[in-house]
Amino acid sequence: MAFIPHTPHDIAGMLEVIGAHSIDDLFDEIPRELRAGTLGLPPAMSEMEVVRLLRARAASDGRPMNFIGAGAYEHHIPAPVWAIATRGEFYSAYTPYQAEASQGTLQVIYEFQSMICALTGMEVANASLYDGASALAEACLMAVRANRAANARRILVPRSLNPTYAQVAHSIAGNQGLVFESVDFDRATGCTLLESLEPYSGQDVTALVIQQPNFFGNLEDPQALAEWAHRNKILVIAVVNPISLAVLKAPGEWGADIVCGEGQPLGVPLAAGGPYFGFMATRMQHVRQMPGRIVGRTVDVDGRPGFSLTLQAREQHIRRSKATSNICTNQGLMVTAATIYMSLLGAAGLERVAAACLQRTADLVAALGKIPGVKPAFTTPRFHEAVLLLDRPVAPILAALARRGIIGGLDLAERYPELGNALLVCATETKLDADIDAYAGALADIMNPSRAAAQGKCDA
Amino acid sequence: MPDLQAREPLIFELGKPGRGAGTQFPPHVAGSAEIPAQLRRASAPPLPEVSELQVVRHFTRLSQMNFSIDTQFYPLGSCTMKYNPKVCNSLAMLPEFIDRHPLGPEPQGFLACMYELQEMLQEITGMQAVSLTPMAGAQGEFAGVAMIRAYHRARGDSGRSEIIVPQAAHGTNPATAAMCGCSVKEIPCDANGDVDIEALQAAVGPATAAIMLTNPSTLGVFEHKIVEVARIVHEAGGLLYYDGANLNAILGKVRPGDMGFDVIHMNLHKTFSTPHGGGGPGSGAVGVGARLRPFLPIPIVGKDGTNFRWLTERDLPQSIGRLSGFMGNAGVNLRAYIYMRLLGRDGMVRVAEFAALNANYLLQRLQAAGYEAAYPERRASHEFIITLKRENRLYEVTAMDVAKRLLDYGFHAPTTYFPLLVPECLLIEPTETEAKEDLDRFCDAMIAIRREMEQEPEKLSSAPHTMPVRRLDDVRAAKQLDLAWKPAA
Repeated sequence: MAFIPHTPHDIAGMLEVIGAHSIDDLFDEIPRELRAGTLGLPPAMSEMEVVRLLRARAASDGRPMNFIGAGAYEHHIPAPVWAIATRGEFYSAYTPYQAEASQGTLQVIYEFQSMICALTGMEVANASLYDGASALAEACLMAVRANRAANARRILVPRSLNPTYAQVAHSIAGNQGLVFESVDFDRATGCTLLESLEPYSGQDVTALVIQQPNFFGNLEDPQALAEWAHRNKILVIAVVNPISLAVLKAPGEWGADIVCGEGQPLGVPLAAGGPYFGFMATRMQHVRQMPGRIVGRTVDVDGRPGFSLTLQAREQHIRRSKATSNICTNQGLMVTAATIYMSLLGAAGLERVAAACLQRTADLVAALGKIPGVKPAFTTPRFHEAVLLLDRPVAPILAALARRGIIGGLDLAERYPELGNALLVCATETKLDADIDAYAGALADIMNPSRAAAQGKCDA
Repeated sequence: MPDLQAREPLIFELGKPGRGAGTQFPPHVAGSAEIPAQLRRASAPPLPEVSELQVVRHFTRLSQMNFSIDTQFYPLGSCTMKYNPKVCNSLAMLPEFIDRHPLGPEPQGFLACMYELQEMLQEITGMQAVSLTPMAGAQGEFAGVAMIRAYHRARGDSGRSEIIVPQAAHGTNPATAAMCGCSVKEIPCDANGDVDIEALQAAVGPATAAIMLTNPSTLGVFEHKIVEVARIVHEAGGLLYYDGANLNAILGKVRPGDMGFDVIHMNLHKTFSTPHGGGGPGSGAVGVGARLRPFLPIPIVGKDGTNFRWLTERDLPQSIGRLSGFMGNAGVNLRAYIYMRLLGRDGMVRVAEFAALNANYLLQRLQAAGYEAAYPERRASHEFIITLKRENRLYEVTAMDVAKRLLDYGFHAPTTYFPLLVPECLLIEPTETEAKEDLDRFCDAMIAIRREMEQEPEKLSSAPHTMPVRRLDDVRAAKQLDLAWKPAA
């Protein structure tokens, strides 16, 4: 029997101790009329059969070359990261409520919190939230609690923010009366300008969200935006990419009050969308408004240092309906992986990764921009993504690239119709010259079939 | 001021300037791309500078300070700490799955797995449709209550904003209601652990949005009067929410949909054996009856002919929306799918059968050893509650003392002080994957602890004695906040 260790002898002995005739007797408190019939499920499979099934399905999905970012980024993941994170002692442990028997997990989280503080330039970080998008939703709710100067529960959300993040923030926080007001971006620079915030000067606003780099990959001028917000008693929520923080000014230095973001780039695989983790950091003055678990360093009765969950009075199992959030987990395993990743790379390694991302994206934009009918939408300084404008609809081009095993980017037609035929592309340190050449060659052939024909190729 | 040097140093303290794990650094890339000076970081972030071997040793050592299912019996009530099959992880880590970007062309092999998972969960719960997108039980709960609100609003019945929860409810239930902008009305349970029907009747009315229930309840017993509860709430115009925390107890025996529930969330990390990972990631799939189907959170996997695709707001315009940046904890869902295929139809039913057998056996043996059941007249479901109020009076030991002493005997502690309404309680859930010998060893430890209570109670009050640390000063942790390492100034 799958994962059931009982022998017939065990079963008989146990039933005798219980004083029951059969296992079925143990369910005699469930009303007869409610009892389920046979389930319409497939029969059991052996491990070997399941391995064959899953390998076949994986093989049918193939391994295309990917040039999409848009919130999830392909990076090299060092072998030790998952070799250690999937050790049973991390993988199959529960939440560290019994601190004495969970010092490993607790110390990992403390080290993680320290590393997030180091990257963001903030004083405190939590043990993580579900993902970057839901972390922003929680940051908005936190801002309502933290900003006593505002009453209106209004959050300013630039359109240059990842549009899914805005949707998720609305789904999660909208029920508590938060209103999200969209702030347009400048068509020339692909950034949020001070002018577009001016209409809100002097108004009752809770927080301004600033994504750096923004959804288009462009670098905003966050300091100017944050200064405007603080002049107007508005809190600043930064949404940042942790890899970029190896080279970009820390949000703690440019005026963010709450920092959150997607932690996936730190050693977590793309995995078709999850599990990832969200991180959150803030200034000490707001720590009691922060949601999620927090680990603190303390001492035991002998004065020996140790770690435990702390500030639990904010959480659901104590505060119930008055808790800061209903969240009760963090993304512990992903945080373990990220802590190992950051330890291996260190500041120097992360800087190297960030520099390679920057250069590879510049190379990609240069290579694709040479193709007739393709040009970059913005010339603003960027990190590792860029918007390209095509002279024709993007979807058929992407479909043709996919047939050649290339995932060529994200079509922005639905999300940003005002940009026209816009394509969001990304290249990280994982893309080598040959990969960029392969993409550029394929795109040139597809955009210009006569070129392909002249070279004796055809678009399969 | 005590020395804060832990037995295993912090990773930061192992480093030295100039050291690093060189092979993990990507090669230098020639070129002139640069960040403008005013946006650049002035000084490097204070991260560890350590070798690869130092990293491997440090985190391996830390792992060894944890209790886990792979190393210990872990009878943590309400958490369903069953064996996590290794193959679920190894197959979910196949390169085609883990290297897949979520926004590329829809991968048919992966989506086939997700589609079949939706169908299997639907069948097991007796629901009409399932969304896999919530990323944990608490988010599944949020989705459930948000759907209930959306349903009432869509019918123009917008005055319904009250959620009824029994006193014994998990803390997330009231916290979730609040996150959805609802108020909470708590109702008592009777002496047998069932919902107090009179109190329920008095509580329902035109403001009732729903009742949130766990069945078997957090008291570890099956709610006898569930059909009556469903009738009362439905007649008052409210809906029934099933908290799937305890689904392990009833797999294949009774289905929430058949009990009258309109919406359920499932903790795939409990019942369907995806790893707890030291506190996540979980997955909180939601299932709904016909009334709530249009409001499901997106995306969901749909099927056009033989082609699988993500259904979005275009397909479900009344959806409560997106709860994650992409499609929830996809890799966790994949592990649950693999688990379900391994078990199949008969294996699923055996989960509940052997979870119940183990729980009832353990309950009988502990009672025989002198421990008091909180609900002695009732069958255990997949878990049960022991109350130590008598021992507390006689020997001044607490449930926490027993929990900590169990660590010394090599067992993870049961859940303590939950549910809140049973004094000095231990909530014990052995799960179906434990062998009789392990249950017997646990009973032996509990018998030995009972002897210690009577003869040397200080062994309990000062436990644990064999862990990396002894009891921690939580008051100090909360008052003298030390939440991050900082480099020496």
